Amino acid sequence: MGMPITVELVGKQDRSALSPVFNYFKEVDERFSPYKPTSELAKVNDGLAKTLWSEPMHEVMKLCEQTKQLSGGFFDIKRADGTLDPSGLVKGWAIDNAAKLLKSAGYSDFYIEAGGDIQTAGLNEHHEAWAVGIRSPFELNQIVKTIKLNGQAIATSGTYIRGEHIYDPVNNFAAPAQLVSLSVIGPNIFEADRFATAAYAMGERGINFIASLPGFEAYQINQAGQATFTKGFNRYVA
Amino acid sequence: MKKAYIGLGVLGIYVLYSLGIRHQQPQLAKPSSLVSGNQGSSSNSNGASLSSAANTSASTSNTSSSSNAATSSPSASTTSGYRDGTYTGNSEDAYYGNVQVAVTVSSGKITNVKFLQYPNSHSTSVYINQQAMPYLQQETVQSQNANVQIISGATFTSQAFIQSLQTALNKA
Repeated sequence: MGMPITVELVGKQDRSALSPVFNYFKEVDERFSPYKPTSELAKVNDGLAKTLWSEPMHEVMKLCEQTKQLSGGFFDIKRADGTLDPSGLVKGWAIDNAAKLLKSAGYSDFYIEAGGDIQTAGLNEHHEAWAVGIRSPFELNQIVKTIKLNGQAIATSGTYIRGEHIYDPVNNFAAPAQLVSLSVIGPNIFEADRFATAAYAMGERGINFIASLPGFEAYQINQAGQATFTKGFNRYVA
Repeated sequence: MKKAYIGLGVLGIYVLYSLGIRHQQPQLAKPSSLVSGNQGSSSNSNGASLSSAANTSASTSNTSSSSNAATSSPSASTTSGYRDGTYTGNSEDAYYGNVQVAVTVSSGKITNVKFLQYPNSHSTSVYINQQAMPYLQQETVQSQNANVQIISGATFTSQAFIQSLQTALNKA
């Protein structure tokens, strides 16, 4: 996935679950990297027969198709050159699975962050909700909002977040320049990430799509520095 | 005539460069200031923070996002060689507009990266039909100082960003 991954565990001194988690991320990267010629995804794009796909490949492709339906076609992993790139879903899916690994290993308070997408669980070391900053799309070392999460997830799509990956498949051009950042809070990072990707491709009206989903909130910023957010978003604001 | 040759030369170099970078996925760690400036009190003796390495980039090493590690970019593996100051990078085409950054180096580390240009081709109208979207609210974004433990936002792997940053760092 070509990005730093952070896992923070609270409490338990036993860190033995960390290795399986990072190994899992490496495995996912080996399988789904659009950049590695040896990845299974590269082979799929070279015409590997469906019957030879791994179980995770089947699962991800199925979820991508489902997300495409749910988003009216705006979530589309088919690129202009005809290849498939499920990166817009794989990251959240992998973080979600990694969180399940930690939970089954007995951890209840932690967060996992990969490329700005975050799954929280439980509370931080001060027994408070996790404090998450939404980064300013204009000043890289600034945050524009602080939210508190205890078990929810947040994913942010933006012009600079691998902007090349996020485009509007319906109108077949790059995501509208006007929207520069869209953060989605959801019950888990898999859902938040895939719907953030889809909504970002919809442009300014993407936030309406998020508002229509029960249990999801969004905060979007346009180039003029104007933020629009869903009614329930303030519930999470610190 | 001379100008045309120079123009063609520049274009040629850009095309070659574009072809060259198509096959590598650039990798840029978060500027250390992002982490050190905003992470507040997250480091604690009870928590274990570990960063790794699910990294597709062959050309650069990964940088821990949970420490004040040096910022790396594809051909600048260490910040220790940078002179203090503020440097402006070239304006780079991000295909949906131009990206240009200025980087500030203090004590050999990148402490700030500022966008001088970002894609701006569309109108910057802030019009939103409140009638049509009664379930939405608006505000003007403001930077804030707060103790946060995690940051949600862009991972700056955009090639245009890296190119502009690189040209700025080449001057440092």
